[in-house]
Amino acid sequence: MILTFVEQAAGRPDRSSLEALTFARRLAAAQGVPLGAVLFGPAAEVAAAVLGAYGVVEAHLVEPAGLDAYAPAVWGRSVAQLVGASPPTVVLAAGTDRGQEVLAYAAAMLDAPMAANCIDVRPGEPFEVTRQRWGGSLLEKARLDGPVRLLTVAEHVTQPEEAAVPTTVSISRFTPTLSEADLRVRVIGRVAPEPGKVSLADARVVVGGGRGVGGAEAFSELEELAGLLHGAVGVSRVVTSAGWRPHSQQVGQTGTRIAPDIYIACGISGAIQHIVGCKAAKAILVINTDREAPIMSRAAYAVIGDLHTVVPAVSAEIRRRQAL
Amino acid sequence: MNILVCVKRVPETGGRVTLSADAREIDTRYLGFTVSPHEECATEEAVRLVEANGGSSTVLTLGPEAAADQLRAAMAIGIDRAILLETDGQDWDPVATAAAIVDAIRAEAAAGVQYDLLLFGNEAADSGDFQVGIRVAIALGLPCINGVKSLEIKDGVATARREAGGGWEVFQVPLPAIVAVREGINLPRYPSVPGRLRAKKKEIERSVPVARQAGAAGPEKIRLSLPAESEGRAEILGTGADAAPAVVDLLERIGVLA
Repeated sequence: MILTFVEQAAGRPDRSSLEALTFARRLAAAQGVPLGAVLFGPAAEVAAAVLGAYGVVEAHLVEPAGLDAYAPAVWGRSVAQLVGASPPTVVLAAGTDRGQEVLAYAAAMLDAPMAANCIDVRPGEPFEVTRQRWGGSLLEKARLDGPVRLLTVAEHVTQPEEAAVPTTVSISRFTPTLSEADLRVRVIGRVAPEPGKVSLADARVVVGGGRGVGGAEAFSELEELAGLLHGAVGVSRVVTSAGWRPHSQQVGQTGTRIAPDIYIACGISGAIQHIVGCKAAKAILVINTDREAPIMSRAAYAVIGDLHTVVPAVSAEIRRRQAL
Repeated sequence: MNILVCVKRVPETGGRVTLSADAREIDTRYLGFTVSPHEECATEEAVRLVEANGGSSTVLTLGPEAAADQLRAAMAIGIDRAILLETDGQDWDPVATAAAIVDAIRAEAAAGVQYDLLLFGNEAADSGDFQVGIRVAIALGLPCINGVKSLEIKDGVATARREAGGGWEVFQVPLPAIVAVREGINLPRYPSVPGRLRAKKKEIERSVPVARQAGAAGPEKIRLSLPAESEGRAEILGTGADAAPAVVDLLERIGVLA
């Protein structure tokens, strides 16, 4: 058995979890073992029912008594106890905040190794994984030993793909045995996103600004273009370190990973820490005065010129066509 | 309030990375060293919390003798004490690293030093293991909050926020606790010249960690490689403002201008 922690919202599995399930199904096929899933929270049963399309034969719905909110140690404990009940060979999760966190708890509780952000696995003995270091600008081949191996699957690497033959999902419920200590850390409140604001991680268009923007005020030009395209503004680390923009807009290894249809990178030279945050974009359009900027080698399209001239001209052109 | 902040020495990469001849490390002959950005912010947070609440801050690292530079950098911005768990320079895996930190914290406790708050970076910039803080928390029976970008300590309770789905999740735990922070929680200060001079004179407490023998280990690094990147030549759409129509044509073509 291979067990995958599937994240879901309102009965829909998250895209990153479908990526992880696709990765897990290929591993299960290579090992000749069945694919299982573990889900939490309200509507988990609805989400579990659709996992047959991804080859899941067994879904465990975890129902911790009296706890609806996300609680990392509780979820980790649940995964660890499911592992104890019917030892899987491998436990996987998406390389998301919760995926890394829940699996790290389970690994610590099981005293088992965990490899984060894997992009490939070669099962057998030794069991070898290829994983991302430095946010993906470097790869590491590593051995993962132990009776149970835990790994997270790097986001935006595996395309979600349904199984050739869908399976029937058998659903069972699991109530973990918890201690007081497991219950200490849990979400006690939420601050909803600003209504109408496009989130950077989900935006189809991101307009990026770097050192070349030159100061806090000049970002209004990028905001205007992003607004016209129903997109979001993203920035490089230089910009947040200078205090020009809030860190929540930072794209890169220590900021947000974006995957838009197009990333319009204005005045950004392209340090590797920034590139790993935007390389999942389907296309990169660079606007830069420097033809030799490192980001050029990652770009599909480029405009050579001063962003303060080019960006307002593009916005004006969009407005002109919209008025026609 | 007593705070311990754990950091890791990593090469300061920027442009292109090259590997050592045996492909086990980054070629650092022409690189400087720093700590991971998340940990830079953890260090700043420790200094601010002690400034606001009183108490003492300690920085700890597991690494080679040269990691003393990173400990001094932390002391230059106001950290009081520094502990170096000195290795021969080989990478320790996350399981072994967590075990060595746990040993060091227990040794501190045995010497009468109790910590109210243990700060980590959410993940190290180089190895990106996402687990050291949690392993330490489980071993010591402490609560742990990850991914924290806002932290408030009041009356022995830590209230922390982390970004989730464009909004925030709020967590609250009693101290002692572990908090793994992310860059963005604060804007780290630059060290002052007097700060650097003071740090230079301060003692670094050294010990040699014992690698744990039993239980899990790994992942065990075999070798590194650079990802194959599809690097091509960008299609130049034009120069200056004259390129605007070509840009908008492109946006229409890929369907983002409905």
